[in-house]
Amino acid sequence: MGLPTEVLEVIWLSLQVTTTAVFIGALIGIPAGALLGLYSFPGRRLAVTIVYTLMGLPPVLIGVIVYLLLSKYGPLGSLELLFTPEAMVIAQVVLVSPILAGLTLSAVQAKERTYSETAKSLGATPSQLVWTIVKESRKGIWAGVAAAYGRAISEVGAVMLVGGNIEHHTRVMTTAIILETRMGHYETGLYLGLVLLLISFVFNSFLMMGVLEQINAKRRKM
Amino acid sequence: MKHVSRTSFFLILAAILLLAGCSTATPAPASAPAPETPAASEAKPSTDSQNKEIVLATTTSTQDSGLLDAILPAFESKTGIKVKVVAVGTGQAIKLGEDGNADVLLVHSRPAEDQFVEQGFGVDAYDVMYNQFYIVGPESDPAGVKNAKTAEEALQKIAEKQATFISRGDDSGTDKKEKSIWKNAGITPSGSWYLSSGQGMGDTLQMADEKNAYTLTDEATFLSRKLGLAVLMQGDKALLNPYGIIKVKSTGKPELADELISFFVGEEGQKMIGEFGKDKYGKGLFVPDAKKR
Repeated sequence: MGLPTEVLEVIWLSLQVTTTAVFIGALIGIPAGALLGLYSFPGRRLAVTIVYTLMGLPPVLIGVIVYLLLSKYGPLGSLELLFTPEAMVIAQVVLVSPILAGLTLSAVQAKERTYSETAKSLGATPSQLVWTIVKESRKGIWAGVAAAYGRAISEVGAVMLVGGNIEHHTRVMTTAIILETRMGHYETGLYLGLVLLLISFVFNSFLMMGVLEQINAKRRKM
Repeated sequence: MKHVSRTSFFLILAAILLLAGCSTATPAPASAPAPETPAASEAKPSTDSQNKEIVLATTTSTQDSGLLDAILPAFESKTGIKVKVVAVGTGQAIKLGEDGNADVLLVHSRPAEDQFVEQGFGVDAYDVMYNQFYIVGPESDPAGVKNAKTAEEALQKIAEKQATFISRGDDSGTDKKEKSIWKNAGITPSGSWYLSSGQGMGDTLQMADEKNAYTLTDEATFLSRKLGLAVLMQGDKALLNPYGIIKVKSTGKPELADELISFFVGEEGQKMIGEFGKDKYGKGLFVPDAKKR
């Protein structure tokens, strides 16, 4: 540790794992959130409550469950995924999907009333209606993506358990910070923490730029 | 209905708060000297029990093995001193001492300990006990470590076969021991077979078990875990693991630190260290050998 290439390696893996996880999580969470927010079906209230509960799932608990599933002695042990970056992606997908679903859910619900009447009166089919509302809710959905990304990249308990913090293989920024701190290298830990914050800042800045552009575009149209 | 559930919610909330209040209030009387031991009244009856707390920075092995849980209660009830244990790697434990965030260190890395004392951070260093390291690995033993005569030879065999070996890689006492054996064997381990877990002993053993890999472990942690790994190398002189106890020079509570150290190196503490683990594993996990350095 301490060498720039090793730090870069750790940062790069963090970005890879979290970006993949948020992407997969979005494919699961956003449609699920839209479904829950715009359709009514039996058991919907229960499903919504479950999604909101899962948003607060402790990452360490996710880690333990994924660990037990992937362990040599567990049901999915034959896949040999434990202590690989793939295992970390799986844990983070479980972490971010409910967040993305929950925040999409509130975003589409907020827009539903405004747009559903208009779209219906303009003769939109149900699928066109859903698509319109989801498109109009993208600001809220992007905020959900940002929240999920921040949560996943800064998470340590689950990735430590299922990734194992193996040097050059599954060591990411947060587990590296823990290790450096345990070894008494507080400065290096702090330095990595600042890098983590910086990444978060850059990422959120891009998101904000996107959101602002949309707002401005809309204003111009008006 | 809505009203009822709201009231009951507040009742539960109130109950939780009440309980929380109780639990924070309890430690004070609990840490007072237990009356049944005669030594308690002799020790230091006049000192206020409020301030009798001391921070012991130690390695994960002493806590993970259960040693501290077994012997510290006796010390606490005898002296009324509450020992706050911070179990970390030797590297961090020593750093805690340097920064003055711990009063006493109980660690196992002789060169680092000597350096700590030489640099003026620590005084009154004692040998306390030792235990053994094992080289453990899968039962099938693909590298043939069982046939090795020494620890160095064992590691040479592992390197030749490029059998997976998991290193702690966390600068802990165990990690330093492993690195020193590689060095003496004339090998710089690298390649995809040599993994650095950067975690504690228990986690690293778990990983070795999952990956059918070899690793170097202390006896206590190994015996306290039930895993599919076999002991393949033990008894070599290079695998002895001595623990030292050191008083942090900058401690604000030198008398309490002295009491803790004399408990560890004194007759009663030494006897308890020797007995620890006998009932569970058939043999003691640590061999007491107190000696002033």
